[in-house]
Amino acid sequence: MSLYDYTFYAFAFITLVSAGIVVFSKNIMYAAFSLLFTFFGVAGIYVLLNADFLAVTQLLVYVGGILVLLLFGVMLTNKVVDVDMKTSTLQTIPAAIIVGLTAGTLCGIFYISDWKTASITSPPQSTIKTIGEMMMTSYLLPFEIASVILLVALIGAAILARKEKQGAN
Amino acid sequence: MLSSVTLTHYLIVSGILFSLGIFGVVTRRNAILVLMGIELILNAANINFVVFSRYGGFNPDGQMVAVFVIILAAAEAAVALAIVLNIYQRFNTVNVDDISRMKE
Repeated sequence: MSLYDYTFYAFAFITLVSAGIVVFSKNIMYAAFSLLFTFFGVAGIYVLLNADFLAVTQLLVYVGGILVLLLFGVMLTNKVVDVDMKTSTLQTIPAAIIVGLTAGTLCGIFYISDWKTASITSPPQSTIKTIGEMMMTSYLLPFEIASVILLVALIGAAILARKEKQGAN
Repeated sequence: MLSSVTLTHYLIVSGILFSLGIFGVVTRRNAILVLMGIELILNAANINFVVFSRYGGFNPDGQMVAVFVIILAAAEAAVALAIVLNIYQRFNTVNVDDISRMKE
C-alpha cells in the first residue's frame, strides 16, 4: 500500500459516505451539505487521476455555483421557520432491490472485464495547456455551442424565475 | 513502489455513486433532492470519462468531454431550479407526486 492508495481510499470513502447521506438523510439541509463533501471527494479523485484543471473546475462550478443554487432552492421552497425540513420517500424497498441489482451488475462487469490499459509513460506535468489548446482547435465548435447554451440557459432561467406581472396572462 | 489502485477501483466507485444517484432520483419526493440525485449521476459519469482518459495513455479527450458535462450540468441546474421555483409559487409544494398537471 502506497500513499497514493491511502489517498484514493480516503477520497472514495468521503465521496461514497456523503453520497449515501445525500440519498438517505431525512433532513434536506443535511443532504445539501453532504453533497458539498461528495463534490470535494470527486475533486480529490480528479487530482489523483492527473486531471488538475478538472478538479479546480469541479470546485468552482459545482461547489461555488451549483451547490449554492441548490441551497437557494432549498431555502426558497421550504418553510424554514416551520421546521418543515423533513422529506419523505416512497417505494423504498422495490427501489432498493432494483438499484442493488444495478449496482451489482455494474460492479460485477467492471470487476470481471479484462481492461486493456495503456502502458503508463511519464505523466504530463499539467493538463491546463493541453486542454486550452484543444479547446481552441479540435473542440472549437463544441466550445462555441456550449457558450451559446449557457447564454440561453441564463436568459431562460431569468425569464422563468421572475415574478409574473399582474394581468400579464 | 507501484500503486495497487487500478482502473477497476475507480470504476467501482463511480458505479456505486451512479447507483446511489439513481436511488435518490427514484425514491425522493422533493424535487430539489431529485436534482441532487441527478448531480450524483453526472459526477459518476464524469469520473468514468476521466478514468478512461487517464488509463488510456493520458488521452486528454476524456477530460474535454468531462468539461462539457460540467458546463451542461450548470445550465441544467439553473433552468431546473427556475422551474422548481415557478412550481412552488403556483402549487405551493415541491412534492413531485402532487404535481401531475401542467396547468391548474
